[in-house]
This record gives sequence, C-alpha cells and structure tokens, in this order.
Amino acid sequence: MLAKRIIACLDVRDRSVVKGVRFQSLERAGDPAELARRYNVEGIDEIVILDVTATVESRRAIAATVSAVAREIFIPLAVGGGIRSLDDAAAVIEAGADKVSINTAAIERPALIGEIAARYGSQAVVVAIDAKRQGGRFAVHVRSGRDAAGREAEEWAREAAERGAGEILLTSMDRDGTRAGFDCELTSAVARAVPIPVIASGGAGSFDDFVEVFTSGAADAALAASVFHYAESDVNALKQHLRARGIPVRI
Amino acid sequence: MIALVDYGAGNLASVCKALAVAGTEARIARDPGELADASGVIVPGVGHFQATAAIDDAWREGIVDRLGNGRPLFGICLGMQWLFEGSAEAPDQPGLGVLAGICTRLAGADESGVPLKVPHVGWNLITRCRQSRLLEGVPDTAYVYFTHSYAAPVTPETVAATVYGETFASAVERGQVWGVQFHPEKSGEAGLQILRNFVGFAESG
Repeated sequence: MLAKRIIACLDVRDRSVVKGVRFQSLERAGDPAELARRYNVEGIDEIVILDVTATVESRRAIAATVSAVAREIFIPLAVGGGIRSLDDAAAVIEAGADKVSINTAAIERPALIGEIAARYGSQAVVVAIDAKRQGGRFAVHVRSGRDAAGREAEEWAREAAERGAGEILLTSMDRDGTRAGFDCELTSAVARAVPIPVIASGGAGSFDDFVEVFTSGAADAALAASVFHYAESDVNALKQHLRARGIPVRI
Repeated sequence: MIALVDYGAGNLASVCKALAVAGTEARIARDPGELADASGVIVPGVGHFQATAAIDDAWREGIVDRLGNGRPLFGICLGMQWLFEGSAEAPDQPGLGVLAGICTRLAGADESGVPLKVPHVGWNLITRCRQSRLLEGVPDTAYVYFTHSYAAPVTPETVAATVYGETFASAVERGQVWGVQFHPEKSGEAGLQILRNFVGFAESG
C-alpha cells in the first residue's frame, strides 16, 4: 500500500538552517547536512531544502548546500526558494536535487512548469502554493506571502497539474509556524481538485495533527520544519503513532 | 567498469552517486562505442516511453553485444519498461523485447473502485515472488520509492511485485537481465543493497 510521506523541510539561509516561521522571524537551527543525516536515520521519507534568502548571491551558496545534503542521503531531495528559470532549476538538479519547487515564478510565467517538466520530467517539478483564507476563499499569495496573486488555490493547482507539475506543495499561511494543526479544509479542497499528490504544509504541532491531515485533509504527504529541528519530535515515534491509527507509513 | 546509458532521459548523476556508495565507479556512456568493454550496463530513465526512441539501433547493438558476452544488464524505471516489448504509452515505439509483455497505464482505482492518484508517487512495498540474486540482503517486503504512471505486467520473470490498486511487476529477472520499476538510488538502504548486488554481478565472471 502506498505510504503517506513525512517530509522534513530545511529552511536555509547563509548555509544554515533557520527556524521555519517562514513568513516572519528567523533563528539558527543547525547545519543542513547534519540535520538531513539525522532525519534520514530517523526514517524521514524526503527532504525539502528551501532557500529562504533567495537573492542572486545566494544561488551559488544553495548549490553547495544541496550537494552537501545529497551526499548524505539516498531518499528524494527537493529544492526551492527563488527558482525563477530553467537555468536556476538546472543548477540545483545538477547539484543533486531530484525535484525543484517553484512558487512565484510559476504563477508569473506558468509556461516554466512545462519547460522544466519537458527537460527533467514531471516528477521533478513541484509547484508550491502559499494560500491564506480571505472572504471564504483560499487566496494564493506570492513573494514569500507578501503579495496576493489574484488566484484561488484549487484553480491554480488544477492549472499547474495540467501544465505538467508532478506534485503540489500547499502551505497554509494562516497556520504556518503556529503549531495549531494543518488547515485540513484547504488541503482537502486542493487534494480533491488535482490528480497529482498534494503535500500539506503549515501548522504541524502534535502527532494527531498529522493523523488529521492524512484523513480529513486527504493529503498524500505532510511537511514540517521547526517541529523536527529542535529534536522535540522524533520521526519514528510519529510514524508509529500513525501506523497505530491505521495510516500506512514506511517503517 | 559499469556503463550508464545516457540517452537523454533522466538524472544519471544520482544513480552514479549511489553506485559510488555501493562500491563502484560508473562511466556515463554518451555513445554506443563507450559500451565496448563495460563490465555491466545500466539503462536508467524517467519520463515518457517515447524518449526511449533515442536508444537507437546502434545503442541496441552495443547493449545486446555486452549481453552476448555474459555482461549483466539493469533497467531502472523507464529503463525497466524498455526491457519489455513496449508500452501503451508509445505504441509505435518497440522496447528491447527481452521480456515478454507490454507496459500499460496504472488504472488509478482500487478493487472497490475508489480512485487512486496516477502517477504512483512515493514509498510502496515490493513483495518478493521468487528467489533472485538482485534481492539478496533485502527483506521479503521492503519499502522503495516509485514515481511512474505506466507499469509492467506480472509474468514468470517477475521477482517482486507491488500493489497499487492492481498488482504490477516491481522487479524482474531473466538470465543476466534485471530491472526495477522503482528508483534504487532514492530508496534508502533497500535500494543501495540492490545496487550493491548488481555491482557484484558486474564484478564477477
């Protein structure tokens, strides 16, 4: 049976992992390769590296981080943050990433999805969507959540899938960093709208939050950052908890 | 030295990196001439079956020649599908045909008709059907990483099968030809063990 995936997100700035309250403050949490190695040993299913600084200067730095992490783990590795072109995608894939995550650049120029998929395959393209509840809708935001994109999460996700995205990485801006649980309404709305896997992100706190997002949230995978970095949560304990509740996981 | 066929479909770098950990340096072959003295051949690949058209007659000749010399052949993901007669994904594109059968699209529904997402992405179980040297050191059931929409049928050459709504061949063996539908370079320890086993085939004899 296909397992639900637990994915660790490393928000990286200046070669160091920072705490994942991505839309607000940042604190240092450790060396990316070391954290990746620990998560791999603990049984994580995938790693996502998010380049939080995403400036022109950080492009070279992120490739070095990607290579360092790729050397340590033999599970899928996705990289995102400031990827704006096929060349940016090529650089991180050549550095060792299996998938690239594109957000702002995909909405601004949706053809980019198909371009990366044509060169590397759809399985290499993750379209990341940041959404905030606004007037009964799930409004997509870009540029690290700063600007409203004028799109709704379900319909943009559908377009992204049609253009060749392999997966959707869906972040609830309302829940991100709060540890108050995933936004399961948002997640299930998008999961039911697209024929491709949806990775839920934003709000992971307790083990039961993961149970909920895989059941009423209909997510195929769940991503968490700060809840894992400080060794408060153990991936294996989480998976045992999920398995005990009938959720298929890779143990 | 093991040669990896570069026909333009897929990330060879991660396979090379995993082979390095599995204990061998591999050469990326960009044309059939580079297969000449290979100890083993790996055909990787991701994406549409049509991409295997790039494995032209010259490549086939080189690959078949290595097989004729008793050298092992390993197909990974699209590479495994190519070992069969073909795929419904590109009906006019013949595969190598050393394995009987045609790959077909995953139905995307389970026994009760509940829809399943296609492509099949993530960690799923392979279950050993019969003994195979490719699976030595791998538990009878093991999680490995899949990402595909088409799959090979279960035939006598199937050594491990996977269930995703339907049952399909996840690992195959016929003589010196092996194949896996999943990505051994992305499947943690089980995947590395499978690569080590193939490295062993290439190094012996």
